[in-house]
Amino acid sequence: QVIPGHESRSVEALCWGAGGRLFGAGLSGEITEYDLGQLRASCSLDGGGGPIWSMAANSSGTQLAIGCEDGSVKLFQVVPGGIQFERNLDRRKGRVLCLSWHPSDTHIAAGSIDAFRVLDVCSGQTLQRIMVSYQVQKVKRECVVWSIAFLSCGTVVTSDSFGRVQFWDWERGTLVESHTVSTSAVLSLAVSEKEDSIVVGTSTGATYQFQLLPVKMGSLEKRWVRTKPFQHHTHDVRAVAHSSTALISGGLDAQLVIRPLMEKIQKKSYDAALRKFTFPHRRLVSCARKAHLLLFQFSQHLELWRLGSTDETGKDGEVLPLRRMPEHLLQLKSKGPEHIYCSCVSPCGGWVAYSTASRFHLYRLQYEGDGISIKKVPKAPKLLSPAYQLQFSSDSSSLFVASARGSVHVLQLLEPGGCRHLHTLRPPSGCSEAVYLLAPSADGHWLAAVSGDWVIHIYNLKCFKHHCTVPTYDCAVSALAIHPDTNNLVIAYSDQQLFEFSIPEKQYTAWSRTVQNCGLHKGWLERDSPITHITFNPKNPSHILLHDTYMFCVLDKSLPLPDDSALLLNQSTLKQLPESARQRQLHAFKICKKFQPLLFADLLDGNCLVVVERPIMDIKIQLPLPVQRKKFGT
Amino acid sequence: YLLCAAGDFVKMYSLATEETLRLMGGHADRVTGIQLNPRNHMQLYSSSLDGSIKLWDFMDGIPIKTFSVGPKLLALYALASCEDSVFVIIPKSGERDTFQLVSVKLTKAAGQDVEAKELSLVLDGVDASPKHIAFGREGEYVASVKELNLQVYFFKQKQLNRFSVSATKTKGGNNHFTCIACHPTEDCIATGSADGKIRLWRNFYHKKEYTFSTLHWHHDTVMDLAFSIEGTSLLSGGVESVLVLWHNESDCQKDFLPRLGSPIEYISVSPDGALCCTLHADNRITIVNSNLRFSKSIQGLIKSADVKTGIVVDPRTKALVLNGEPGHLQFYCLQSDQQLFSLDIVQRQYIHQAGLNQADLVKVAFSAQGKWLATVEEREEVTDPELQLKLWFYDEETQSFKLNTRINMPHEDHITDMCFRDMDELEDYSLILVTTGRDCVFKVWVMVEDTDPEAQQSVSWSCDFVGSYHNYQAANCCFSEDGSLLAVSFEETITVWDSVTWDLKCTFCHPPGKIRNICFGRLTCSKYLIGATDCGFLCCWNLLSCALEWSAHLNILVLQPDPLSEYIAAVSWLSKESSLFVFKPNEPRPIYIQRNLCKEKIQLAAFVPRDEPEMIGSEKYLWLRRSQLFFLTDTQELMTLSTKSLEDRLTPSSKQLAVEESLPVTPFSLLLGKHRRQQSQEDTGLGKLVVQNKNEQDSPAVKELLHTPAHVLPSASFLCPIFINSLLISKENKSAEEVADEVEMESEKTEDDSDEERDVTEMEQEDTSPMELLGEMTYKLSKSQEKELRKIRKIDYSWISAF
Repeated sequence: QVIPGHESRSVEALCWGAGGRLFGAGLSGEITEYDLGQLRASCSLDGGGGPIWSMAANSSGTQLAIGCEDGSVKLFQVVPGGIQFERNLDRRKGRVLCLSWHPSDTHIAAGSIDAFRVLDVCSGQTLQRIMVSYQVQKVKRECVVWSIAFLSCGTVVTSDSFGRVQFWDWERGTLVESHTVSTSAVLSLAVSEKEDSIVVGTSTGATYQFQLLPVKMGSLEKRWVRTKPFQHHTHDVRAVAHSSTALISGGLDAQLVIRPLMEKIQKKSYDAALRKFTFPHRRLVSCARKAHLLLFQFSQHLELWRLGSTDETGKDGEVLPLRRMPEHLLQLKSKGPEHIYCSCVSPCGGWVAYSTASRFHLYRLQYEGDGISIKKVPKAPKLLSPAYQLQFSSDSSSLFVASARGSVHVLQLLEPGGCRHLHTLRPPSGCSEAVYLLAPSADGHWLAAVSGDWVIHIYNLKCFKHHCTVPTYDCAVSALAIHPDTNNLVIAYSDQQLFEFSIPEKQYTAWSRTVQNCGLHKGWLERDSPITHITFNPKNPSHILLHDTYMFCVLDKSLPLPDDSALLLNQSTLKQLPESARQRQLHAFKICKKFQPLLFADLLDGNCLVVVERPIMDIKIQLPLPVQRKKFGT
Repeated sequence: YLLCAAGDFVKMYSLATEETLRLMGGHADRVTGIQLNPRNHMQLYSSSLDGSIKLWDFMDGIPIKTFSVGPKLLALYALASCEDSVFVIIPKSGERDTFQLVSVKLTKAAGQDVEAKELSLVLDGVDASPKHIAFGREGEYVASVKELNLQVYFFKQKQLNRFSVSATKTKGGNNHFTCIACHPTEDCIATGSADGKIRLWRNFYHKKEYTFSTLHWHHDTVMDLAFSIEGTSLLSGGVESVLVLWHNESDCQKDFLPRLGSPIEYISVSPDGALCCTLHADNRITIVNSNLRFSKSIQGLIKSADVKTGIVVDPRTKALVLNGEPGHLQFYCLQSDQQLFSLDIVQRQYIHQAGLNQADLVKVAFSAQGKWLATVEEREEVTDPELQLKLWFYDEETQSFKLNTRINMPHEDHITDMCFRDMDELEDYSLILVTTGRDCVFKVWVMVEDTDPEAQQSVSWSCDFVGSYHNYQAANCCFSEDGSLLAVSFEETITVWDSVTWDLKCTFCHPPGKIRNICFGRLTCSKYLIGATDCGFLCCWNLLSCALEWSAHLNILVLQPDPLSEYIAAVSWLSKESSLFVFKPNEPRPIYIQRNLCKEKIQLAAFVPRDEPEMIGSEKYLWLRRSQLFFLTDTQELMTLSTKSLEDRLTPSSKQLAVEESLPVTPFSLLLGKHRRQQSQEDTGLGKLVVQNKNEQDSPAVKELLHTPAHVLPSASFLCPIFINSLLISKENKSAEEVADEVEMESEKTEDDSDEERDVTEMEQEDTSPMELLGEMTYKLSKSQEKELRKIRKIDYSWISAF
């Protein structure tokens, strides 16, 4: 799930308050609470100290401390429905870049430029101010304390722009240990709950682990030792977190990496593998099947492209010459500072809809030869809350708008360019969370909707009534689709399980039960990224097309499921086998890893599969230059 | 003092003067490990492949005790915490290539020779190298690495932990462990691996929650690691020839001591922490201050990868000149066993990287007075070699050679030979240099006066004449003694040219087979030209009659004339042994034959003129009166022939005096019991002796081979048949025609106990007239020995028939 961004509202710090409440603060100087159910900012309060650089919650989550540009540390009380200013602590010159509470909530360590302070929470006084500056040949350079952590033993850990991780005894004001981990800045730092391990992230993209280890066997003297380096990022590692079994890091290169700590994991399982997340698990591309159009969603604009085509045919592996080049039809900029949350193009290509956090827009497109005209549909109904997902029906006659509180609005699209609110579908028992996935059936009879509590509701569109609920499975739904012929709902969960649910019979199909009995292949279950899109082959009803970021798969229900001993990725070996042996080796999963990373794959009518690749290099060249490092031997 | 194991000896150097102070010999095989006695720092343990451990008082050089253990000892470790036992690596009985670490209980029984058979197994499946095992803090644990596995054994808990790293193969190599070191005060193990990474292991008493950090600077194998005494820093070295000092186990704080000359093999830190020394692959010890400043170096003959230049004698200093460091020429003084100096010829930075072709020195020639030096360097390229001919002038003021002329690409292809016209009496301007190349020409270079007024030097060299013969590749060239004739060999033909007019005078050839070596006779025999072909003929032509004087069927590898006499030494290679023949060109009979000189191919030989002619009684060694002959074999052993009879040498050697001079400076191991193979072999027979100082990796220097330690002599039972044989031969000499004084060279190792050796020594010293004694011994001749004799006789006849 994604909380859509806002141009003027950067997020510098995030923390969890009591009761699972999420607070963010940024350079706009406001503290914002996010409503996780409705995925939007629920309330915000000005900090009153200029841009906020850091925020930390105390151990119980009842108090928030913010560090501001003007050098002040302010305390806020977390109250039901919002936050309340409590008081100011001692203000000194220099922006407060990082904050950390002592686990007993009595002291706060605040890092700024060249120094850090330890503040007493009760009195608000600065108890200790320690300079961390760094002199190189009498030229004093600014030393930025990027991150700080207060350990329960009274040790303050700082990381600074000279690549040092330093351990201080704050009461005496002395440096206990200093480790230079990098020639560039150490930007982030996180301590494990047991305080025996620290992870730091540097601006070269490397993360390092520190461990508190006994110097001698059996002795009580312990020392922090830099142990494992990890290089998973190419750019600044801006944030790190230390869970009990894994190190989590995220950085400027738009990747989230979960690196498990092998020694903490008892058995080899799903958790024991390194995970890298580059793309959100959401649909960012929509496709007009009949009109051969693709709509790409960017954070502030939409782009509409017409696909190229070819007359030629060729063998496997050939690249055919295009008769018509792909054509950039339209760029649609959204108004206002808010980011686009979802978008959709109708199958006929005549309608484009998108929604931001506060507004919903619907456009009518008309094609005149090569030209295109766009007209905003007037009087689009003022929806009470933003749309979380948009989906046109297969005949392009109606638009489904997923909305808050589990409701789905049905709009009827009128020629030449109008719309009418037809009905609002609501789950019978009510729901607090928004719908985030929709799947209409091809015959226009059914609609499946998934809300944030992972319950799948199926509605009958003929009579706008709730039809049934799919039995709950305790995992997030990552994709779902309704089969055009059989009206079976195929559901992919984020733990890689697949289910098939017959809507008319209101129960799982026989195939789905076999899958559950046999279990899926181990290789399938250990994949990294969840299925993001499901579609069907109209020519062969037993084929299901699935894709995630790294592969797409044709699932043939008529073939046997592979057992764990079989090779999951067997397409290349099958090619080399003779026909008879190939028949024996066939199994249901036919996986293609040719296109990576895969953003979108869908079947068009007329035997075409459209695949959208987003090369990581394209993203990387838009990023600022990484810290240059000499690589040996180059 | 710095102690180091070198071959069968333990050497002690003074840190102040870099001199060898003492040489402790007594092991019958190579010394594999030395350790200071942890409880008495004036004592030293040494272990050897002969299966014994010796305790030395190294200040006086006296062996205190000898513990005989039995199996081969491959490494030695001593711990302060283990009162009366030491640890050794022995091969596992019954299995090849598996080794185990055992502790040996050293009994306190009185007496010099003690049996120590009480072995207890500590670790199984260890590696044979002493660098692969290290003992941890206060002897609490022992850590061993082999391939990809690290084993840690805790003595108190009797717990064995194994860790392994996953194998990664890059195109450069693998990540097998190569060395290990333990932190002296903390529980921290440092391992180095073949991919250049150093891992610092901690928390290794937990099987699962162990952790390590990585230090990576070396691009190739980490050869050795050593912690400083306090453990605050770590030293590492490898083929980069850079000593790296890591501070506080941090990746970012490191200091370097670069340009140490050659790959670092071992690193050792002195017990007071003030110094550390590195041992290099080219036979050198460098002593480094604790603040990483170069302090001193102990070096002898530098071992180079390949002696391409041959061994040449510098006429000025009488030093042996050969390849030293890459691109350098070393001048090695045989008398003092010292490197006089090293001349940088190539003058380019040497980059240590596998697969990189470096320019190297291939040919060296001196003019007669040593005033001019010509060098050829080439860079090995498949398509076109990069060649440079450089001429150096000896500057009296600076006492060194100065570059005079550099000629790029003197030949189109590799230069095969080069020589100056040796004319002592003529003045400078008659100097002529001849080079032969594979591009089928030979070129004559002469000095010309520099007309350019701005030139700093008055003369330079330029090409005067280019000669060729039927477009054959030129192989060798040689001037006659008076310099009037030049002989150049072109494949199968030798051409003789007038050196004034450059006319082709005559040609000789002896098909089939290409000419391998040529030389002119000297003094009374200057009318002869000697040539050896690669199909096994030695031919002698008379230059006056232009006819073949004689030829012999011998597979000659090396042909070396003595510059001071008419004798010519030829080394032949027949049925896997090298033999030496010394002859005068005017008579087809050799003066001296030494069969079975050694088992290796002899590649190079040189006569080194003696400072003063030696008085030699025996007629057979007359040829050694003015010069001494040195050989270099393809395993880079340097050998020489000695004229002194056995007992002459025994007197000094039994006192163990001046022995260190006869030994190469092979500073292979330091205090930590590191070693290199060096075997000293010696063979006796009728008062001749050849000392071979054999070194697997480097060429040792033999300066005074005569001082052979008595204790390394073979046993009496071994000596007997030799004596008897020689006696019989002398009888045969009278009866039969001329039978060369056949000497059976025994290149087997002397594997006897030192006690026995001592007996031998005594025995030898007693017989003042060995001939008499041997005469009495003839009746002991057994039948088998007679058979052997007959066999020898057969060989002799076959050889004689070749004439």
